[in-house]
Amino acid sequence: MTALLETRGITQRFSGLVANSDVSISVGRGEIVGLIGPNGAGKSTLFNLIAGVFPPTEGSIWFDGQDVTHLPAAERCRRGVGRTFQVVKSFETMTVIDNVIVGSLARSTHMREARRKAHVMLEFTGLAARADVLASDLVPAEKRRLEVARALATSPKLLLLDEVLTGLTPAEAQTGVELVRRVRDTGVSVLMVEHVMEIVMPLVDRAIVLDLGKVLVEGKPADIVRDPKVISAYLGDRHAVGA
Amino acid sequence: MLTAETIIQSIASGLLMGLLYGLIAVGLALIFGLMDVVNFAHGEFLMIAMYATFFLFAFFALDPLLSAPLVAAALFVFGAVVYLLVVRFAVRAKANAGMVQIFSTFGLAIVMRGLAQFFFTPDYRSVTHSWLGGKTVSVAGIFLPQPQLMGAAVAIAAFGGLYFFINRTDFGRALEATREDAGAVALVGIDKNRVFALGWGLGAALVGLAGAIMAMFFYIYPDVGASFALISYVTVALGGFGSVFGAFAGGILVGLVEAVTALVLPPSLKSVGIYAVYLLVVFIRPRGLFGSM
Amino acid sequence: MDQNFAKRRRRELLTAAMLVAAAAVVPLLVKDAYYQNIMVLTLMYAALSQSWNILSGYCGQISLGHALYFGLGAYTTALLFTKFGVLPWFGMLGGGVISAVMAMALGYPCFRLRGHYFVIATIVIAETALLLVQNWDWAGAALGITIPMHGDNWLTFQFPRSKLPYFYFALVLAAVAWFVTWWLEDSKWGFWWRAVKDNPEAAESLGVVVFNSKMGAAAVSAFFVAVGGGFYAQFVSYIDPESVMGFQFSLKMALAAVLGGIGTLWGPLLGAAILIPISELTSSHIGGSGRGVDLIVYGSLIVLISLARPQGLVSLFSRKKAPAR
Repeated sequence: MTALLETRGITQRFSGLVANSDVSISVGRGEIVGLIGPNGAGKSTLFNLIAGVFPPTEGSIWFDGQDVTHLPAAERCRRGVGRTFQVVKSFETMTVIDNVIVGSLARSTHMREARRKAHVMLEFTGLAARADVLASDLVPAEKRRLEVARALATSPKLLLLDEVLTGLTPAEAQTGVELVRRVRDTGVSVLMVEHVMEIVMPLVDRAIVLDLGKVLVEGKPADIVRDPKVISAYLGDRHAVGA
Repeated sequence: MLTAETIIQSIASGLLMGLLYGLIAVGLALIFGLMDVVNFAHGEFLMIAMYATFFLFAFFALDPLLSAPLVAAALFVFGAVVYLLVVRFAVRAKANAGMVQIFSTFGLAIVMRGLAQFFFTPDYRSVTHSWLGGKTVSVAGIFLPQPQLMGAAVAIAAFGGLYFFINRTDFGRALEATREDAGAVALVGIDKNRVFALGWGLGAALVGLAGAIMAMFFYIYPDVGASFALISYVTVALGGFGSVFGAFAGGILVGLVEAVTALVLPPSLKSVGIYAVYLLVVFIRPRGLFGSM
Repeated sequence: MDQNFAKRRRRELLTAAMLVAAAAVVPLLVKDAYYQNIMVLTLMYAALSQSWNILSGYCGQISLGHALYFGLGAYTTALLFTKFGVLPWFGMLGGGVISAVMAMALGYPCFRLRGHYFVIATIVIAETALLLVQNWDWAGAALGITIPMHGDNWLTFQFPRSKLPYFYFALVLAAVAWFVTWWLEDSKWGFWWRAVKDNPEAAESLGVVVFNSKMGAAAVSAFFVAVGGGFYAQFVSYIDPESVMGFQFSLKMALAAVLGGIGTLWGPLLGAAILIPISELTSSHIGGSGRGVDLIVYGSLIVLISLARPQGLVSLFSRKKAPAR
């Protein structure tokens, strides 16, 4: 079975700086994959490339068996790629429900259906009670959930989560983890960029570690955390055991 | 008849006028660069400067060259006052900040025009005798009107002075710092309002200089600012918002384009050349020639 | 939750219907031609600023060059009528279509511009068009076009003796502009526009093709403004570049919407209802002396309202509080 998402030899250059170098990863259907690595590893760049914010300098991106390398973000959304933003980009001047409706309009053309779907998404993410509140009046944790609800409303096949769990209280993070699990349970694959290891590792099926723009290693979380290459990438060579 | 002589003559006049446009635009760019506000009453600042020059001439027989520094000083105060009384509140707007800023300064422009009409009547005025007025200088067969020549010199000097001021003095650096991060400077003890007021004053003073010079060769009437206003916005946008140098360079370009256009098109269409160049530039470079915003 | 929403929508429609009914009665009570004139202009500006609001309010692309479309509509109607005998009804429609196409053609290069660059581009394009028309002899150049009046006729839409038919036409135009806005507000387009205005990057990630949505807003907006222009040509029977393509027209359209409440359903209506009568009354009662007092009053009003109520006067009627930023 072909993977849902595949990047083949992605190299991204920004006037001299190489952000990603020959990155080939994949996300299978029904998987939760974690994309981790130290700062400057190229995670955000890869993330934006998959989301379609800009085309890669080299390489190709395949989604659901089709070459989407040169398709813009809006078109990728149509094909089933949904994403959240690290720095939350809610529509501040619109209510919570209206925010989500924008998402559901990606699939439903009838307003009634779009509205109904938005309500379902709010229920799913626990924001139903805040439906008529202006997005600007939400607390940060709620805004994160709104991002997810909105992206989910587009009925994605793959949901790209950009540091959704970073900076939350432990309780909020747990709620977030459960939400991600429930998302996968509805059949949506997840690729999540994360920093908070303790929370991400128990959640993901597979982890891909990036360092200095390249894929360092990938595999099951339990193996990754013990891998000396990973440890040295995060903490420096002194801490590597058995290197 | 389009001879090489007429073309060179046009280009020379266009260059001189362009430097004046640059002077006007730099004031606008300074204000914008400082606080992201486009002063839509900029043309009226020019109008007031021209009237001030005229009245100093009419009542005290002061030549525009002498009154220029006075007018600049007066406009400095005026600019600061406009900030403190009006603009300060405009930038506080929580909703539709962009529109508030545009329309409050527009409203101000209309009020100023009305006041000018009320106090000075719509009659056309002119500074009939000035030291340089009506005189020309011949350089290699090209006739350069002396007022415009002086204007160009003043513009260059003013721009040079501004450059020095921004980069070499403490206050200039405070101006730059406030531009970069208005919130942070408060922590260092710099009063943001004071800096903004002085910035507006400075921008207005530059226009004041231009107005004093232009009074030597333009008619003065309440709506005179309107025609120059659009040219100055286009100039700043052409040079790129956020770049004071860009505004100056834009002015020169605009002056040249205007002069060349007047050679090939009927005089009523001379602005079309400027507009066309503006559109061409921003379609290729959406942030203007040197813009950073 | 959905019931509240449906109720609100119905209430809005009902309110609009009542306003139309009330307005329809007014000219039967107020027979003075001078006041009727003001009412016609107010309704026309209500339609114009409501249309402007679609592109600049909802979609957030501030245009200060909409006089271009007004003028296009006016000139198309006037020229088709005076030179080819085409009835103004077709002229208005034709002007609308031409303007919609023009708006999209201009949008193609212009929509990549942001903020002040875009605004200045709109001003400059309108000015260029004005200057070109001023030098175009076939279109009357600076002297403009006079539309000869032949007596009351619905076909040629001319009524030299009464303002009433113009009033009702303007009322219908304003009502239609309002209704189209109301309808689009709860539609795919309305949501796209608001999303694009608020955060274009986020909108894209949700499948909104930003460029297309801007084009749509531009076309709808230009269409109605042009129809208004065609109406105006028939109403005043004389047009020239300065009177229908001048910057002050663009400004007034925008001003009415901004003072009333930009990006809102009722804002442009409210703004026009306040601004136009004040503008006309001050201009005729105080402005006649040419001493600029009308400008002082008018300008001060603009400054005061924009500073005191940046979200527009319509917020005085709203129970929701303004977004805190």
